[in-house]
Amino acid sequence: MQGVKGTTMPKLTIKDLDGIAAGDKTTKYSLRLMLCAGTGCVSNRSLEVKEALENEIRRRGLTDQVEVVPTGCNGFCERGPILVVQPGDIFYQQLSVKDVPQLVEEHFVKGRPVARLMYTAPGEKQPTPTMTDIPFFKKQFLIALRNRGMINPEKIEDYIARGGYRALIKALTEMTPERIISEVSLSGLRGRGGAGFPTGVKWQLVHNAASSNGGGKFVVCNGDEGDPGAFMDRSILEADPHAVIEGMVIGAKAVGAADGFVYVRNEYPLAVQRLSIALDQARDRGLLGEDILGTGFQFDIRIKRGAGAFVCGEETALLASIEGRLGEPRPRPPYPAQSGLWGRPTCINNVETWANVPAIITRGAKWFAGIGTETSKGTKVFSLVGKINNTGLVEVPMGVTLREIVYDIGGGIPGGKAFKAVQTGGPSGGCIPSEKMDLAIDYESLTEAGSMMGSGGMVIMDEDTCMVDLARYFLSFTQDESCGKCTPCREGTKAMLEILTRITEGKGMPEDIVLLERLATSIKDTALCGLGKTAPNPVLTTLRYFRGEYEAHIKNQKCPAHVCRQLNVYTIDPGLCLEKGRGCDVCRRNCASDAISGQKNEAHAVDQAKCIKCGVCFEVCHFGAVRVD
Amino acid sequence: MIDNVEESVSEILSQYQSDPGSVIAILQDVQAEFSYLPPEVLKLISWKLAIPLSRVLSLATFYRAFSLTPKGRHPIHVCLGTACHVRGAQLVLEKFERELGIKSGETSADGEFSLDAVRCVGCCGLAPVVTVGDEVHGKTTQTKVAGLVKKCKA
Repeated sequence: MQGVKGTTMPKLTIKDLDGIAAGDKTTKYSLRLMLCAGTGCVSNRSLEVKEALENEIRRRGLTDQVEVVPTGCNGFCERGPILVVQPGDIFYQQLSVKDVPQLVEEHFVKGRPVARLMYTAPGEKQPTPTMTDIPFFKKQFLIALRNRGMINPEKIEDYIARGGYRALIKALTEMTPERIISEVSLSGLRGRGGAGFPTGVKWQLVHNAASSNGGGKFVVCNGDEGDPGAFMDRSILEADPHAVIEGMVIGAKAVGAADGFVYVRNEYPLAVQRLSIALDQARDRGLLGEDILGTGFQFDIRIKRGAGAFVCGEETALLASIEGRLGEPRPRPPYPAQSGLWGRPTCINNVETWANVPAIITRGAKWFAGIGTETSKGTKVFSLVGKINNTGLVEVPMGVTLREIVYDIGGGIPGGKAFKAVQTGGPSGGCIPSEKMDLAIDYESLTEAGSMMGSGGMVIMDEDTCMVDLARYFLSFTQDESCGKCTPCREGTKAMLEILTRITEGKGMPEDIVLLERLATSIKDTALCGLGKTAPNPVLTTLRYFRGEYEAHIKNQKCPAHVCRQLNVYTIDPGLCLEKGRGCDVCRRNCASDAISGQKNEAHAVDQAKCIKCGVCFEVCHFGAVRVD
Repeated sequence: MIDNVEESVSEILSQYQSDPGSVIAILQDVQAEFSYLPPEVLKLISWKLAIPLSRVLSLATFYRAFSLTPKGRHPIHVCLGTACHVRGAQLVLEKFERELGIKSGETSADGEFSLDAVRCVGCCGLAPVVTVGDEVHGKTTQTKVAGLVKKCKA
């Protein structure tokens, strides 16, 4: 039934939607194999596993009973490729093509799930067979990601069968624009792109705005997920594109728009592809375009691909880019709600915000407002990455503590290392130290701690992360991405980067810390847009919580975490090299600059004059003989 | 160097009905077609869309997706997103520079390889990430670099 481009499917009626939703309960397959085909699992060869599964299922004559369903990102990227067997919720991980015959034989023919391919939590002896019992998933609460891993994102029927487009029917047939806006306002939903502006208030502004030049209003989805270390929006677009489309149509009805745009990063080809397929299907089936579901309401959506400019995540820059201009921000007011695309009132929300809307309309504002904290309602999706055991995508209720995310869901720090800090909010955010592990996360608490919610990147650092190097990294990012329009950002970030670079090279001066603080404050106060105003945050928070590390670099020319390479000295312990490694010679063969001397069965040594400090000897030595000081 | 330049560009332009508002999308398709934005194509686009060449060039240099020099047959991108950075991506990038004998942002003399640093490809769960053409490689280390390059040459 797939609405592939070029074939025309009959328009759906409200009755048809009911039929599809009911039909799922009597699906002809007794087993559905939900195989993750998100970007992470695909890079771990999940498509080869898919092919092997399909071949084996055909070979065993099971094609009428077992269906392989490629899904969007399951979230537990660390363990890919992932397969979840439904019904039963049996979770298989790190599958490879050679596991397939045994899996099909044992589980799908004989009905005996294969323990060897299941997940075993660290410290446990027995595997955990069902997905919902795995600690990574247990504490999560899914609203925006409600369909992840449960549907084929390229089949609109799968979305409908999970209750999709029910909110649209309700909004178009039972609700006035005012009712929709009041429902969204009462839910307490705030912008998930980072700033946390109340969504209902924004919609009301666009609803009230009169279009000055006679044209219609616009609805825009901001999918220019530029924060490094964040992939929430990518996963939503890849796993459940119809949730975003449905949210946008409801928003269009509320504000009175007839045209919409989704702006997606150029770096996300799979998201663009899945979204295009979803838009074609929705259009074919009468859920987009003229006379949606026979209600007379008209709205359509087009995709605009970004072209690789971080600043385009800022709303005024994004709108300029949609118009085909340079993605440079402009001063606000006027806000896009008053004067946006081509000067017309424009309602712009982030991907995750739009994906929340159908759930709020279906289940009601009261339900949504019952989740979260006093000021921050609902859930937030975070990409949990860096020095953490269970990397992946998590959705948790607002108010959950950092400790719960890092240890209960994330499974703690690899290699028994000590947790040092978590970085949230991307280049605009800051670092929260281990002392604040019990902070209940919401928009306000993160800002108070000197960071911000941001779009949801959460990068975990352990004792081996240098906070000065991290601050330098973020400044090099913002400096590189600064559009150059305003002086404080263009010149100020450059000056800060120069200071940070010399500190990491051991050439810092005692007055540098004060200088950094002064520069940071003036950039914060005077830059034109959000990118510039927040660029100093990573420096300010690391100075606030990790000042000692800056001082160690400046006063002692030492990097306590051994990250700043100019300050590192690599040496080989001759005793360990000979006794444990028997002079295995791997370091010498891998050395990039012929700086290591020695032969097999001899102790090796590093010539400091030749060493370029690439650290490859440290990486390849299995015996711990290479030391870094 | 490129056959039928005018024909390919006309085809791309007609897909967008020569709409000046779609100039970014048009440049993206040109970049995908030729692996860079040849100067004669920029002039052609400026002429056909009736947009000053200065504006076309400002777009071509502002957005990171565009290049004014040809990319290699095997474009290699090393992700320098935050998650990749804290897991040692800079060392991997430098290893590629040594292995290929080119700096980040350059293309090898034989046109086989180009090397670029990118800011987050959104596969942070697999950091450090390298993409070779369309293929994503996760959990890369310095020691894996030579193998990735060799695979392309095979």
